[in-house]
Amino acid sequence: MKKEPTDIRSDGRESDNGRRRFLKGSLAALGGVAATSVAARAATPDPDIMEVQEWNQALGDGVAARPYGMPSQFEKNVVRRDVEWLTASRESSVNFTPLHDLDGIITPNGLCFERHHGGIAEIPPEKHRLMINGLVDRELVFTMDDLKRFPRVNRIFFLECAANSGMEWRGAQLNGCQFTHGMVHCVQYSGVLLKTILEEAGLKTNAKWLMPEGADASGMNRSVPVEKALDDCMVAFSMNGEALRPEQGYPLRLVVPGWEGNMWVKWLRRIEVGDEPWHTREETSKYTDLLANGTARRFTWVMDAKSVVTNPSPQAPLKYKGPNVLSGLAWSGRGAIKRVDVTLDGGKNWVTADIQGPVLPKCLTRFYVNFEWDGKPLLIQSRAIDDTGYVQPTKNELRQARGTNSIYHNNGIQTWHVRENGEVENVEVS
Amino acid sequence: MSKYRNLLLGLAVAGTLCGTSAYAGPFGLGREALPEEVEAWNTDVRPDGQGLPEGSGSVADGETVFAEQCAVCHGDFAEGVDRWPVLAGGHGTLKSQNPVKTIGSYWPYLSTVYDYIERAMPFGNARSLSSDEIYGIVAYLLYMNDLVDDEFVLSKDNFTEVHLPNEANFIADDRPDTPSVTEAEPCMTNCKESVEITARARIIDVTPDVVDGAEGGEEPAAAGEDSAAAEPAAQEDQVATAAPAFDAALVEEGAGLFKKKCGSCHSAEEGKNKVGPSLHAIYGQPAAGVEGFTKYSKNMKASGLTWDTANLEQFLTKPKDLVKGTKMSFAGLKKDGERAAVIEYLKSLTPTN
Repeated sequence: MKKEPTDIRSDGRESDNGRRRFLKGSLAALGGVAATSVAARAATPDPDIMEVQEWNQALGDGVAARPYGMPSQFEKNVVRRDVEWLTASRESSVNFTPLHDLDGIITPNGLCFERHHGGIAEIPPEKHRLMINGLVDRELVFTMDDLKRFPRVNRIFFLECAANSGMEWRGAQLNGCQFTHGMVHCVQYSGVLLKTILEEAGLKTNAKWLMPEGADASGMNRSVPVEKALDDCMVAFSMNGEALRPEQGYPLRLVVPGWEGNMWVKWLRRIEVGDEPWHTREETSKYTDLLANGTARRFTWVMDAKSVVTNPSPQAPLKYKGPNVLSGLAWSGRGAIKRVDVTLDGGKNWVTADIQGPVLPKCLTRFYVNFEWDGKPLLIQSRAIDDTGYVQPTKNELRQARGTNSIYHNNGIQTWHVRENGEVENVEVS
Repeated sequence: MSKYRNLLLGLAVAGTLCGTSAYAGPFGLGREALPEEVEAWNTDVRPDGQGLPEGSGSVADGETVFAEQCAVCHGDFAEGVDRWPVLAGGHGTLKSQNPVKTIGSYWPYLSTVYDYIERAMPFGNARSLSSDEIYGIVAYLLYMNDLVDDEFVLSKDNFTEVHLPNEANFIADDRPDTPSVTEAEPCMTNCKESVEITARARIIDVTPDVVDGAEGGEEPAAAGEDSAAAEPAAQEDQVATAAPAFDAALVEEGAGLFKKKCGSCHSAEEGKNKVGPSLHAIYGQPAAGVEGFTKYSKNMKASGLTWDTANLEQFLTKPKDLVKGTKMSFAGLKKDGERAAVIEYLKSLTPTN
């Protein structure tokens, strides 16, 4: 999990402009940093170097010891975590991706956050079926084997729960970007374009809406407009090169790029085609955004541009003065991330972060800012801009537009307060 | 690419022509869904009534079913137990600081209630209710929301005549609702004169304690010095250790099953009652005897049962067969081995055994 400061851009050129511009910015922000210190000299030889280590001498496990490889025993703390008081039961609940422990843009399968409405369905693939019924020329049933005979695509997308950061509407509440922003993950999906499957069934001319349905104990169902289904939706059976994990919908899930995670129906067993939306529980009672005036927005599907600094953050305090790497993630359901700005002084001055590719639409995007820390308090924020020109708003701008009862779609700018001892707290600023 | 696809399509069509039926798409994959298969799964209900089955239920019918099947989590009066959803009331709260979103105060369509109960309720025993029972429950919920009188009978025929009060207050998505770059290029320098901290997560302190990083209220090592990574605190497993008299493997299996199948409503910790009573040391004890638990059904209290192996075996197979009217909404453990494991685990939680 070591993070190397990046001085070279992905295209191979030195990112001189970005760094110099930033150094200037940081000087302004921090009131000047003393000249770079000379590397310290050790007083005594390092025993980790001088002594012959066990692993350097004795043989380790052979090849058959770990048929399915797991992370190092020293990475045991890198796990999904939940907030027990949030929900009435574990089966209809959520846990959070440890964003502060990860790098790059791909989330490892075992760390993708979970959100279930009736627990994890454990389905033998040979007993799984996908049915297409309703306004189609041919009502069809597919086995998993059938689905794997259709032309296939691979696509990388983020998936964000609409309620990510939902606990923060009324003010800073949870200390850790795992908890404030961890209902997002990003993996490569392999599967079949939904368009291909719908063409196999043949949409009737009055087909306007789809209702995907899960095979789990919640029978999850949502309404999806047919334009989206034909645009970029997928029916996926693989994530990051292996079969979907049970908690992510094994053996089959819907992929609805850029739209709220609840629509990505897991354990997908049926798609009904209709001429009107169904107004299911998860698009009326839940996943509607209550506004200050008492009205509620419905069908708020797209996830607006958002970003968060993952390091430093409350679970990843600053340990050293001098050179440090600020790291973070940005994403937009409307398209690709165009730019990310970062401030260390609570929004007085901003610099543009170094985006380390790939930069893909509807996908997590990794950014870095190399900075010198002089031990003074910082107020760190990041601000994403996507290729539609959408600018990530402040939390107060969102509250002004919507009030504080929306629960969903909180994509406001996050502030981390770094204290003099390096500890980091979730705060809000004027 | 498209040429190749056309070729493929051509081949598929050719294959279809000399093959079986016209009932095939471009790739000829999958098979026709039989009408009875579609009927088995196509249970969804829309606001216009499409999908409603034959049947009916009165407020009084619904009250009975609700008390048996739903009240354990939602409360006898749909007021919600613990953090389980409140289903009634909440009128006039949507603009307040504490909006109570119930069927009466928030939900736009009655069909959603039917559809959701049919597919997902009771929690943990979905798809076990008959159409008449669901009509009855929906009628009762309308009554609890003061939308019908106590004589009301809901059926397929009058279903779409019922309109929920908040239907008109849902609007289309009108985002973006904050400034974009076309309105204002974001400020980069000297954007504010001063910055004050206006809210702190620490004050609320609701973050779970975790073992890494600087959480849990512990001060991190002073910055600027080489600091060894904090040693993860050893976490004691709370699960009770089995006495040698028990089949350890069975106890372990039972502990896993308990967590998975029972843990949503029951704790194994002494004194920790959830929706259901704590099951610590209930083996060998009389039914309805857990201290501090007040939600036993009348029949459970009057049952006179002792939780020995035979009674547990029967109860866990199908709870309502042994104690009619029990509030425990659980389908039962159908596998003999699973019941044996859970019973062995429950036994292991009684220290004197």
